[in-house]
Amino acid sequence: MTAIHLIVFLPLLAAIVAGFGNRMLGNFAAKLITTGALFIGMALSWPIFLAFLAGGQEAYVVPVFDWIRSGDMQVAWSLRVDALTAVMLVVVTTVSAFVHLYSWGYMAEDDSQPRFFAYLSLFTFAMLMLVTADNLVQMFFGWEGVGLASYLLIGFWYHKPSANAAAIKAFVVNRVGDFGFSLGIFGTFLVFGTISIPAILEASPAMAGSSIGFLGMRVDTMTLLCILLFIGAMGKSAQLGLHTWLPDAMEGPTPVSALIHAATMVTAGVFMVCRLSPMFETSEAALVVVAFIGAATALFAATVGTCQNDIKRVIAYSTCSQLGYMFFAAGVGAYGAAMFHLFTHAFFKALLFLGAGSVIHAMHHEQDMRFYGGLRKHIPLTFWAMMAGTLAITGVGLIGVFGFAGFYSKDAIIEAAFASDSPMGGIAFFVAVFAALLTSFYSWRLMFLTFWGSPRWAGSTHIQHAAHSHDHPAEEDAGQDPSMHDAGPKEVAHGTAGYHPHESPLSILVPLVVLAGGAILAGFLFHGAFLEAEEGAHFWAGSIAFDTHLMHAMHEVPLWVKLSATAAMLLGLATAFLAYIRYKDWPARFTQTFRGLYAFLLNKWYFDELFHILFVLPSFAIGRLFWKRGDEGTIDRFGPDGVAAVVASGSTLARRLQSGYLYTYALVMLLGLAAAATWAMAR
Amino acid sequence: MNALGFPILSIMLAVPLLGAMICLFAPGSEKRRAWRSRWVALASTLATFWLGVLLWARYEIGGPQWQFVEREPIFGRFEWAMGIDGIALMLIMLTVFLMPICIAASWKAIKDRVPEYMAAFLFMETLMIGVFTAQDLFLFYIFFEAGLIPMYLIIGIWGGKERIYASYKFFLYTLLGSVLMLIAMLWMAQEAGTTDIPTLMAYDFPPEAQIWLWLAFFASFAVKMPMWPVHTWLPDAHVQAPTAGSVILAGVLLKMGGYGFIRFSLPMFPEASAQLVWIIFGLSMVAVVYTSLVALVQQDMKKLIAYSSVAHMAFVTVGLFAFNRQGIEGAMIVMLSHGLVSGALFLCVGVIYDRLHTRDIDRYGGLSDNMPKYALLFMLFTMASVGLPGTSGFVGEFLALVGAYEANSWVAAVCTTGIILGAVYMLYLYWRIAFGTLDKPDAAGMKDISLREVLTLGPIAAVVMWMGVYPESFIAPIRDDVGVLLARIERANPPGDAALVMGAPPAAAESHAEPAH
Repeated sequence: MTAIHLIVFLPLLAAIVAGFGNRMLGNFAAKLITTGALFIGMALSWPIFLAFLAGGQEAYVVPVFDWIRSGDMQVAWSLRVDALTAVMLVVVTTVSAFVHLYSWGYMAEDDSQPRFFAYLSLFTFAMLMLVTADNLVQMFFGWEGVGLASYLLIGFWYHKPSANAAAIKAFVVNRVGDFGFSLGIFGTFLVFGTISIPAILEASPAMAGSSIGFLGMRVDTMTLLCILLFIGAMGKSAQLGLHTWLPDAMEGPTPVSALIHAATMVTAGVFMVCRLSPMFETSEAALVVVAFIGAATALFAATVGTCQNDIKRVIAYSTCSQLGYMFFAAGVGAYGAAMFHLFTHAFFKALLFLGAGSVIHAMHHEQDMRFYGGLRKHIPLTFWAMMAGTLAITGVGLIGVFGFAGFYSKDAIIEAAFASDSPMGGIAFFVAVFAALLTSFYSWRLMFLTFWGSPRWAGSTHIQHAAHSHDHPAEEDAGQDPSMHDAGPKEVAHGTAGYHPHESPLSILVPLVVLAGGAILAGFLFHGAFLEAEEGAHFWAGSIAFDTHLMHAMHEVPLWVKLSATAAMLLGLATAFLAYIRYKDWPARFTQTFRGLYAFLLNKWYFDELFHILFVLPSFAIGRLFWKRGDEGTIDRFGPDGVAAVVASGSTLARRLQSGYLYTYALVMLLGLAAAATWAMAR
Repeated sequence: MNALGFPILSIMLAVPLLGAMICLFAPGSEKRRAWRSRWVALASTLATFWLGVLLWARYEIGGPQWQFVEREPIFGRFEWAMGIDGIALMLIMLTVFLMPICIAASWKAIKDRVPEYMAAFLFMETLMIGVFTAQDLFLFYIFFEAGLIPMYLIIGIWGGKERIYASYKFFLYTLLGSVLMLIAMLWMAQEAGTTDIPTLMAYDFPPEAQIWLWLAFFASFAVKMPMWPVHTWLPDAHVQAPTAGSVILAGVLLKMGGYGFIRFSLPMFPEASAQLVWIIFGLSMVAVVYTSLVALVQQDMKKLIAYSSVAHMAFVTVGLFAFNRQGIEGAMIVMLSHGLVSGALFLCVGVIYDRLHTRDIDRYGGLSDNMPKYALLFMLFTMASVGLPGTSGFVGEFLALVGAYEANSWVAAVCTTGIILGAVYMLYLYWRIAFGTLDKPDAAGMKDISLREVLTLGPIAAVVMWMGVYPESFIAPIRDDVGVLLARIERANPPGDAALVMGAPPAAAESHAEPAH
């Protein structure tokens, strides 16, 4: 029994106890057990991470027991601990522990708290199995396990049709990714004869340039395998094309959004690409695809984020966009930078979500930012926490002095894109800078709409409810307000409607403060180990394909490149300031002038509508066609029904045949036996 | 004789048969006979299960291929020949495990002609165990064909409104197959001069004859499996059958097709199997996509699960005919897993059918509120059906598809879409049953599952998890037998389409492209 056993299996145990104990156990015990397990996990994870940080710590694998053994397919349950895992361990356990704590306050009024905490712990277990996987199949176990937990938590409020639809959508879209992941595993096993990750990575370079038959084509082996696996990563990390589930996943309770749909699960794809980076390094084509999809997603999601009105959806698109950054960092070979952005992003994005949750809590479940305003004075602690998160995500900092978390990680990605000799590098650089401008714009837009200006609460039905009655709607609305679907901003009533927002309880504020600390300091404290050429090579110690040349080159980019991200950030801030503080009629005038563009962005480039027409409707239509025209209209008509009709024309005879089948059958059997007996006797 | 010193296989056949006789012939008032036959049925199935556990415990992994062999001449060349290998052992375990559960599930649901019903089930158990233990061709034929008669009766007597049509359809499909199979068997006995199955498994039939024999057996097994397009009897049979009938149908009877492929088609006709593999692959690929989409649009719970069975069975056929270890072992695990999971899903349907007497999905909704325990178990089996890692469903599907990929990437790619489609129709079903608001008064009035129902579903849930987390218990007994089968079919193994070609150094490739240099 080592620390890693406890870290991984305590959450499982806690989930089982809390889940099955459920009502017998009571809310308090369930919360205590699950949260306790996670805090123990966190306390055990940081020393592991710090040991790797200090250097000299060897990677190790702790076997648990055999899983699947079939010929060469030897899969064991085992826990791999190396620098990459250590990074993920602290991210997962820390964010999870504080999200558990946060949920004490946030879910206090909910009826099924043990179930909620059991799901959260189950999720954490699956995520830990994913990051400690030593083989592809265990990674897939964790991969699907987090998918299950995500499904259960998105649909946690299962009375709401929208939550159920979002849950199924998340599971199914992820399964589309897993289709690629599965084929990738099958192909990897076929090519390498093993699914052990270290063995595959070792054998990969020798396979570079080989070719393989796939669906009648002859393709480059490593490119095929990497792209198939990357499709899995695209699904889990909500990359362009398979991203549609993430915004809808906001139907889940806000702590879930923070833990699963911002800090941990959605970064699993980035983790996978980094874990398999020596494999991806053998195929330039695959890396170009990774970089391209990443850059496209960063841009796409940022544009959509600028137009959303639901506070959680803005942050969701922001997450999608930041994941795009991580992917193109990986695509240009800067895996260290990708992992560093994953690390810092976990803190500041979880913080932003939890902060948004605190705002929603204060605003009585209203999520539409058009009904916020002027909240700075009413919930000051939440405001300052959100401020730290915003400074971190927009990358505020001074070169060589100090910066918030995102300053180090995002700038590193932008510089790496510029310095890289990847064919995608140049494009990725410009996309990244432009997306940074948009990031700054939508982040500050969120801040200004929520915390500045005068209150616009009176228009909100939630606030009216709260002001006039004590009938608490127990569940979040998640933008189901019909007004959400109006194209174009509407005039909202100003005023407070007599409502007084209240600051959240301590269990909510403590996680905010701790994560704010992470958002402020994570970049400054750890950028050396993750990014600097010598220090980084020492820290990563081969657990990712760390490119020291690229890291050197990154520091030698021209000054204008280094300043471009900051310039973009300032430009975005200025635009947001002008549009939402100084000249408040700008947004309305913009939407009037560019009606088409605005509708396009507000409706998220019409991906959902497109997929609905392309996949959902045809599936049902074809299913019905196969059933009615295929099974009933053809197979049955010319099969059993036809036989009955031919053998016995006339309904009486048919019925008699139908009821006399048993005798016919017995007769045939007897005839057969008679024949067999004849054979047996006549030697 | 064997390690136990008594003919355990024959006793396993005899115990349910004896139980059936007691149910049928013991006198008494109607009420008393019903009460007694329930307990007799439960006792004899539990006794058989216990014998099965003993069998598994004493089965020597790595020992001789055929164990617990019994041979008694009957007359002429006929022999009472019994014996099992690991493959048969696992399927026998599946049978004896599901049987007591079926009896418990029928405890209250069946009210008419209880002694006859229980006798039919017990008689069927004897015949099913017989199928997996028979070592003589004609003995196998008797068990294989006669095993369906109790099933016809169960559907035809205790079934729903359309029971006559359903059992007629079932009969018509199986009839054609069994006639062809019988003719093939007679020819084989004549050609090889023996009806001993182990001997036949090593006999080399001429390749031209193999094709015809293979097709004749295929006609029978494809219907049992069932493969597309001879699957249309299954939805009707399931819909009309009582709950326990569906469990046995999905749990054991469908496995006879797969068992037939492993025992007959592959080892006896390896060349034909390799040559005709395109039929299997083609039909399986169609089945996965076609039946999954059909399952999606069903309004009847049982029909939905029946269609999903056809899709799952397609994983078995592609795995078996992948000609490699992962494929065949995977196919075996899919068979075991599907037997448990679809059996459990039918039981889940039965639980709410017993309360509301409708299979119409739209009549339910929001059951998580008033039936949380039920919702949890139903979720577990839904996830196992979807193939979530950690449940039995994943292990089998994964291995079968790995095997399929080695054989042909098209097959793997098309069949892997099943993991997407499976998630769609199962989660859509679960949503409509268990999630949403509890706004239908009759559904809201239903009580959560009783202790009896927990005792039927709980053991299956435990085995599903066991097989998902530590499948080695179930793979170890079949490993050597799959090895024997692989050695037998190796010579006919068709090459895969991957044909990996190692990369030439770039310089060499360039000079090849421009020979002028």
